[in-house]
Amino acid sequence: MARRETPEINAGSMADIAFLLLIFFLVTTTMDIDTGISRKLPEKQDPNIKPPILKEKNVFEVLVNRRDEILVEGDTYMQIADLREATVKFIDNGGGKDENGEECTWCEGNKDPESSDHPKKAIISLQSDRGTSYGTYISVQNELVAAYSVLRNKYANKKFGQDFDDLSDEQQKVIKKDIYPQIISEAEPTK
Amino acid sequence: MSKFRKKKKGMPGISTASLPDIVFMLLFFFMVTTVMRETELKIKTPKLPQADQIQKLERKSLVSYIYVGKSKDASIGGDKIQLNDRISNISDIKSFIFSERATHAEDEIPYLTTSIKADMEANVGTITDIKQELRDINALKINYSTRKGSAIDNMK
Repeated sequence: MARRETPEINAGSMADIAFLLLIFFLVTTTMDIDTGISRKLPEKQDPNIKPPILKEKNVFEVLVNRRDEILVEGDTYMQIADLREATVKFIDNGGGKDENGEECTWCEGNKDPESSDHPKKAIISLQSDRGTSYGTYISVQNELVAAYSVLRNKYANKKFGQDFDDLSDEQQKVIKKDIYPQIISEAEPTK
Repeated sequence: MSKFRKKKKGMPGISTASLPDIVFMLLFFFMVTTVMRETELKIKTPKLPQADQIQKLERKSLVSYIYVGKSKDASIGGDKIQLNDRISNISDIKSFIFSERATHAEDEIPYLTTSIKADMEANVGTITDIKQELRDINALKINYSTRKGSAIDNMK
């Protein structure tokens, strides 16, 4: 008896079908990873609470007007490229003591008594105008955050011999909390 | 004589039998990694500013997006805000965030992030209004969406 073989299905065109699908997915795929500057907004406050009184020398005032010009400390007109360095200098000044009466032993600043006392006390205040362009606003934010990254990285290298990003979560937490806490305060924009 | 006749040697054909396997492998890779664009932009695609102090947004399912940019119609000025798939008002943001929260489990809510994808030309005033709305309903984690690059280029 002749054995009938089941006819094989021709798989030659499978590659074509797969290619078609492949090209479809290639075209529709978006590989972009979302990146950005993460911030945490302050919680809403009771309007009756009086803001704490701060020494003026501990506040680094950055103003951006509607023509995208940057004014620092109320008297210096600054280019965006110089902002990072000025901020680093202010935070790292270490001219005095923190609230526990301890000096900043890791600061490498000028110890200028007219500038900030301690990185824990140093506050960056950013005020922009409603008409400021978003691009400028992001640039300024970026430079302020960058100033903190520079300092944290410098400290990490000095203390642990590693970049800040390579440190363990515990070590990063200590630096973020006790060494260079990021204090950026945003004021209501001017109308 | 015929013994010495040169045999015509053709190039041996390359077997294409494994081609479908290779193609399928690629296909599965793209099928798995692909993310279909969920919302269609009704505003002009925002030209994101550049920055270098950036962080990756982890867990896309926890992120809600607010787009800010110009209207596609050039005669309409001012910044437009898009939530989901339609152009909305500032006052719609609260309900937008509430509806986003409703789709997540209770313990995930503190990790919900709002990503603001705004055009470089947008006004800070608009962004401030959005932030104010978010503060009102305690959606405090935000992310200014940026491209990687030098921040100084934004000013040009």
